[in-house]
Amino acid sequence: MTLTAIHREDAAALSRRTFLKASATAAGGLALAFVVPDRSEAADSAAESGALNGFVRIEPDGRIHLTIPMVEMGQGTYTSLAMLLAEELEVKLDSIVPEHAPPNDALYANPILHEQSTGLSASTRGFWLPLRQAGAAARIMLVSAAAQRWKVDPAKCTARDGVIRDPSGQRSLPYREVAQAAAQLKPPAPEQIKLKTPGQFTLIGTSPKRLEAAGKVSGRTRFGIDAIVPGMKFAAIAIAPVGGGRPKQVNQAAALAVKGVRQVVVIDEAVAIIADHTGAAKKGLEAAAIQWDDGPNAQVNSQGIVAQLKAGSERAGVIARNDGNVEQAFATAARRFDAVYELPFLAHAAMEPMNCTVHLRKDACEIWVGTQVPTTTQSRVAALTGLPKDAVILHNQFLGGGFGRRLEPDGTLLAVKIAQHVDGPVKVIWSREEDIQHDIYRPYYYDRISAAVDDAGNPVAWHHRVCGSSVVARFAPPLFKNGLDFDAVEGAAQPPYAFPNILVDYVRVEPASITTGFWRGVGPVHNVFIVESFIDELAFAARQDPVAYRRRLLTHNPRALAVLNLAAEKAGWGQKLPAGKARGISLQFAFGSYLSQVAEVAVDAKGKVKVERIVCAVDCGIAVTPSMIDAQVQSGTIFGLTAALRGAITIKDGRVEQSNFDSYPPMRIDEVPRIETHIVSSTENPGGLGEAATAIVAPAVTNAIFAVTGRRIRKLPIEEV
Amino acid sequence: MAYVLKINGASHTIDADGDTPLLWVLRDVLQMTGTKFGCGMALCGACTVHLDGAATRACITTIDSVGDAAITTIEAIGQSEAGRKVQQAWLDLDVVQCGYCQSGQIMSATALLMSNAHPSDSDINDAMSGNVCRCGTYNRIREAIKLAAGAKP
Repeated sequence: MTLTAIHREDAAALSRRTFLKASATAAGGLALAFVVPDRSEAADSAAESGALNGFVRIEPDGRIHLTIPMVEMGQGTYTSLAMLLAEELEVKLDSIVPEHAPPNDALYANPILHEQSTGLSASTRGFWLPLRQAGAAARIMLVSAAAQRWKVDPAKCTARDGVIRDPSGQRSLPYREVAQAAAQLKPPAPEQIKLKTPGQFTLIGTSPKRLEAAGKVSGRTRFGIDAIVPGMKFAAIAIAPVGGGRPKQVNQAAALAVKGVRQVVVIDEAVAIIADHTGAAKKGLEAAAIQWDDGPNAQVNSQGIVAQLKAGSERAGVIARNDGNVEQAFATAARRFDAVYELPFLAHAAMEPMNCTVHLRKDACEIWVGTQVPTTTQSRVAALTGLPKDAVILHNQFLGGGFGRRLEPDGTLLAVKIAQHVDGPVKVIWSREEDIQHDIYRPYYYDRISAAVDDAGNPVAWHHRVCGSSVVARFAPPLFKNGLDFDAVEGAAQPPYAFPNILVDYVRVEPASITTGFWRGVGPVHNVFIVESFIDELAFAARQDPVAYRRRLLTHNPRALAVLNLAAEKAGWGQKLPAGKARGISLQFAFGSYLSQVAEVAVDAKGKVKVERIVCAVDCGIAVTPSMIDAQVQSGTIFGLTAALRGAITIKDGRVEQSNFDSYPPMRIDEVPRIETHIVSSTENPGGLGEAATAIVAPAVTNAIFAVTGRRIRKLPIEEV
Repeated sequence: MAYVLKINGASHTIDADGDTPLLWVLRDVLQMTGTKFGCGMALCGACTVHLDGAATRACITTIDSVGDAAITTIEAIGQSEAGRKVQQAWLDLDVVQCGYCQSGQIMSATALLMSNAHPSDSDINDAMSGNVCRCGTYNRIREAIKLAAGAKP
């Protein structure tokens, strides 16, 4: 399966019928469970048994509880998903109380991803239909219950802001008063549910305030790291600095002599100091003066890894796409261009360091953590402890940033291994240094790209060879088919441009001891940089304007062309800038959304780069929450820009050389550009947007740098030029 | 040895080593989890609290260095006029995303406004560049500070 195929599955997922089941809540309200019938029979049987409290609960107190299957990690999904429900349910958004979902693939799987996982910018896309259907079904049932009480035709009643009015408009009933009666009714069949057309939306397309913001400005919101469990101890940890290493010597007596330290736990790959508070645990960890046996990977270094990738890139890879006859086109073309592009390992560095609180008992394991993958985590803990899955109770929390790092259960597994030696609950917090040095990194890519052009400089053949480690092969082995990593070639295999001959192949090279994983923007964040840089190279070689050059290759792709034109227009493309400044443009289709960005960049005499302004045009289909789209463009752009300007993880003697925000420096408020978002009005189904801007920003900036300096950046980070 | 700390108007007696960072006393001993841990080296500002009104990084402030200074945390910042205005501006402009750094951002912004009612862009840069936000909410933070200061954002 390719990601493009996953996107195509949107349509299939959306056409599937939502299965609904109604029941009464303990408090006498209406509970509505809905499940998108999936491949799994478990889904049907779980819904049939009514074993759940319901996705939606309308309680007699008037509050509407919505169990949100996706996690909130800043992207605003608690608000956007609640809006989808509220639009059809006809309630005020602030009457909805979002709640974290417990792990359960059968009930809470994302219809696109087929598991309860928050990633691939798939939340709004996945729940676009089911949540609106659930809202409409609940409204129909509530209206029917009111109509029965009044003995009138339900079709002539209306509902608005949680209040039902009879046909005369004389009588009204709030939802809460009929919730109990509605719970006795059968949910409407899917074909009886008529959803609003985009023109009828009153909430979708507006920008209400985020539902969870109040807790976040007052310090009340509990992230994973804030879990409080009575009697818990606190652990500071040191993980072997070289992958595969082990603790050789630990001064336990010195650690235990620190006031507040209770216990020293030594496991295969790490040491944990257990104490009354983290301050004592950290002090104890220092006193323990751990010495390590580095094991077999102490010789690993960045130069060796890059050499290994370079050698790999010289071999033919597994074919991701092969249209036309690339070989022949290269043989007969007027000119050819070849380039090598490199992108570094990257850490995620979410603001909330990795952490997990565990209470392991004989018959159960209780976990408090913020995770993008609750069900995977539950299964892996069950396998580790030998407990049945049901005995692994996971309390998901707000995430202090995810960016793909919390798609990995490693932090929870490590905490459970430590908890196996601790009597009672323990909170394990990684230091920032551990967080950066034991991340699961965005792969290093070493790609070769070539194009053949005709006499006018237009591309007639395109060959992109992607070379790097495979995240999919490790993360989701069943999706790694015939040696092809669909994510590694996403954004390369289906560029927005029309090339008569195109070959994209993939060479998998796994560097020793470095584990690689998904990073915000996933495949596109690497490929869009290369495709959009190389297209720019061709445009300049042809002495053509980069926007005009792209336009000619987009006649088949109106949505891509429209965002390109909009970004260019809003940015004032073609208008003169002072010396030392220039604009660069980029374009992408990824996550079901079209984006184009123009970067305005200044380069001073010393080669220092300052990105002054970013203009972003977005076509993400129906814009569910415009203010959230702007927030995600701001966020994604800054995340991608930070990496493009100076993000790099390097390895020396088997160790990660970066350790904290001084050596892996984030952008700060005094450095960020002005960022403008322009949204194309659309009635297409929503596309994803949490990652799109991260993927598109680097080439807009490097293309601008080329326009100023004539220097083409083919290796990230940019640093100074 | 025990230390007496004045936090949000109340006195707390803490039995811990004097070199214990204030951050862990707040979070682990007193269960005031609004103040966040981000880096442990005063590089990110997530742990910002006020000591007698001045923005201070709790992760490197040892409890034996606090003396009788009044400690204010995010839990109580809304009781001051500047803090309340900052929190409201944050809500009005929907600043937060993941929200993890925002306690520290709000504490730094409030300290700025308490000492400088109408900060310029450059004042904002100076006061806020110690606070990292990986979600990239910086542009809205800048607008929200101006809104709280009564300027048109």
